Amino acid sequence: MTSHKIDFLMAGVGGQGTILSSDILAEVGMMAGYDAKKSEVHGMAQRGGSVETHVRWGEKVYSPMVEQGRVDYLLGFEMLEAARWWHFLGPHSFALVNRYRINPPAVNLGQARYPEPEELEALLKTNQATVQWVPATEVAVELGNQALAGVILLGALSTRLAVAEEVWLDVIARRVPARFVELNKQAFARGRALVSS
Amino acid sequence: MEKKLMSGNEAIAYGAYLGRVRVAAAYPGTPSPEILENLVTYPGVYAEWAPNEKVAVDVAAGAAYAGRRALAAMKHVGLNVAADSLFYTSYTGMQAGLVIITCDDPAMHSSQNEQDNRHYARFAKVPMLEPSYSEEAKQFTKLAFDISEAFDTPVLVRSTTRISHSESIVQMEEPPSPTWEELPPYKRDPVKYVMVPANARRRHPIIEERLGKLAAYFEGLDINRIEMGDPALGIVTSGVSYQHAREVFPEASFLKLGTVWPLPVNKIREFASRVKRVVVIEELDPFLEEQLRLIGVECTGKKIFPILGEFNSGLVRDCARRGGLIAGEAAQEAAATAPSPPLAAELPPRPPMLCPGCAHRGMFYVLQHYKAVVLGDIGCYTLGAAPPLLALHTCGCMGASIGVAHGVDKAGCKDRKVAVIGDSTFFHAGIPPLIDVVYNKGATTVIVLDNRITAMTGHQDHPGSGRTLAKEPTVDIKIEDVARAVGFQKVDVVDPLDFKATRAIVKEHLESNEPSLIVARHPCVLYAREFKKPYQIDPEKCNDCGICRRIGCAPLIRADGKMAIDQLLCIGCGFCAQICGRKAITQVA
Ligand SMILES: Cc1ncc(C[n+]2csc(CCOP(=O)(O)OP(=O)(O)O)c2C)c(N)n1
Repeated sequence: MTSHKIDFLMAGVGGQGTILSSDILAEVGMMAGYDAKKSEVHGMAQRGGSVETHVRWGEKVYSPMVEQGRVDYLLGFEMLEAARWWHFLGPHSFALVNRYRINPPAVNLGQARYPEPEELEALLKTNQATVQWVPATEVAVELGNQALAGVILLGALSTRLAVAEEVWLDVIARRVPARFVELNKQAFARGRALVSS
Repeated sequence: MEKKLMSGNEAIAYGAYLGRVRVAAAYPGTPSPEILENLVTYPGVYAEWAPNEKVAVDVAAGAAYAGRRALAAMKHVGLNVAADSLFYTSYTGMQAGLVIITCDDPAMHSSQNEQDNRHYARFAKVPMLEPSYSEEAKQFTKLAFDISEAFDTPVLVRSTTRISHSESIVQMEEPPSPTWEELPPYKRDPVKYVMVPANARRRHPIIEERLGKLAAYFEGLDINRIEMGDPALGIVTSGVSYQHAREVFPEASFLKLGTVWPLPVNKIREFASRVKRVVVIEELDPFLEEQLRLIGVECTGKKIFPILGEFNSGLVRDCARRGGLIAGEAAQEAAATAPSPPLAAELPPRPPMLCPGCAHRGMFYVLQHYKAVVLGDIGCYTLGAAPPLLALHTCGCMGASIGVAHGVDKAGCKDRKVAVIGDSTFFHAGIPPLIDVVYNKGATTVIVLDNRITAMTGHQDHPGSGRTLAKEPTVDIKIEDVARAVGFQKVDVVDPLDFKATRAIVKEHLESNEPSLIVARHPCVLYAREFKKPYQIDPEKCNDCGICRRIGCAPLIRADGKMAIDQLLCIGCGFCAQICGRKAITQVA
């Protein structure tokens, strides 16, 4: 294994915008001088199903996918979807999870139960990972667009990484449509503020 | 020159551009559509959506016959549709390079089967290159054009989901010259290009000879690379499996194959002679493993690594540990064998489902109401098979619905039955079976779910959407006109989000005894971004009858023991309000 690497996993529900966030995260890694790879699946799974995206930074990255037990940061766009990946976490892992719930069909049909947030948190901590909740969707709606939740999560994540804030903002400016740049920068700042205290 | 993060598909497009492709054609299919969506943005490249993969390969072949480098791209099953064309182009060769990209989908993230298209290279006797990440995807695609011309053969480039949809860093290069020399007059060479038996018999030995020459050339090609490490273990691999294996075996020796057909047999033998044990790591079929055995190289492969699904480094590590190739790492071992918390097994699954507001839902609700047998097809609408709708009963391959329905009819089945097919799928493979129904005096009802776009694969235009790949306006071929033109007399158009109208029309068609066709037309909400004010449920009026739950729309949730509508998910289509007997559902003001 390479001496220095950071593995990220993003988990959410198709349509939540995980792809834009992972695009930004991978490019920030490259701009910060890492070899960077990312992997995700498009198509069928996108239609309201579970989706996950792998992003890896390192001196030299081979596989585009992260490995069980070795994830450094889990970004959960939805509580249940984050918890699904508990076994990818280890004692060194940090999970940032959007306190946001979308019912899977079986829950809406009354055939299954949506676990309580405390239960999901306990599951995420099975292998001694650290878990932090972030009200990303709540803040995004406050800013006028629920799609901003991803950038808010990235803002929160950025406080834990040794990459200058300008690098993040540059990449965001390049990756989002011009008329949304300011709003996204604002969302990023709100994300940073959520965890920096 | 700068570097850029690119997906495998972007890199294939970039490599084709650098390789001076002039004409490209494709039919979208996950994980391949972004290849053409990127190619069309490069100057000097003509790129189009063909109605299906066979037409795409024919178009590319024609351009290559005329003397311009050409490319066709498709998902793995697309090559089944285009197989006939692949085989003739193998025999004829071309005047300029012809490259065919096949994107396989191990694990079937978005496919109906898990076929391994390396077999097509051997089957059609054409070379196949297999990149392992984006930089190679660029280089190999460019190289494929040179190989195609040097050996007068179409060249297959094989990607997989984890190449096509992974991003990695690509070195940018000088753009090719923007000027093109004029095309010489069409070269007529019937002995080479008219595949009547007498000519084809002359071509076959040339094809066999070509394979021998290619194999010799591939021996010396640096994309077939020996990376010597510890000689105790020698790994033969290609594609993304190489990347996973590199993570797991940092010390081992590797033979990394860039050409998977024909194989550089001498290089393989040389590698085998330099290592103590040969292990083959490849996804899906034991393609390389069998070839190694055939040339007398003893090896292990599928005994350790599965034939099913896709690999990742975790899986390769687990298999390697169980197969005794690496020692167990204590921490990992403990984690792998520790009991899972009970909750882990109870997490409700989240399968893909029809989007909130999807108009397909309206038609399936009505079909469920009439308890019709629904002979289905492939697209977003296949999700109508999921609970609670459960309103689609077969799905095999694109275009199958209408022929299958006609067969069910001719077998004498008395149930109410319909064929259901999407608009893009209709143009792909729905027209010949439509003709079959009329020609052979069938009485099948065909419902075309026309959401005006190829939604499933990411909203690509098609012959009925009114725009080309380059987003230029063009004719919009009306499905109802096609049906009438081939002899359907009972043809109707309805908006499937209009519940009453849809119910009435479907009833009428189910009761008719002639070939009939309904176009259920409503634009894909996700594409048209038709987002309106959400609806809400008046708890005073709601008697919890459960009808609205039966449409399986995600915003309809249970909260505090009552039905409610999730205001962030609802897009305001209003279908649930139409089926609510208590008029308890209304739009938020
Ligand atoms: C031969 C072949 N080519 C491509 C695909 C990928 N594919 C699956 S469904 C589909 C088309 C879906 O479009 P449409 O029929 O309009 O239905 P929609 O998804 O819009 O509901 C495509 C291209 C496939 N499965 N098989």
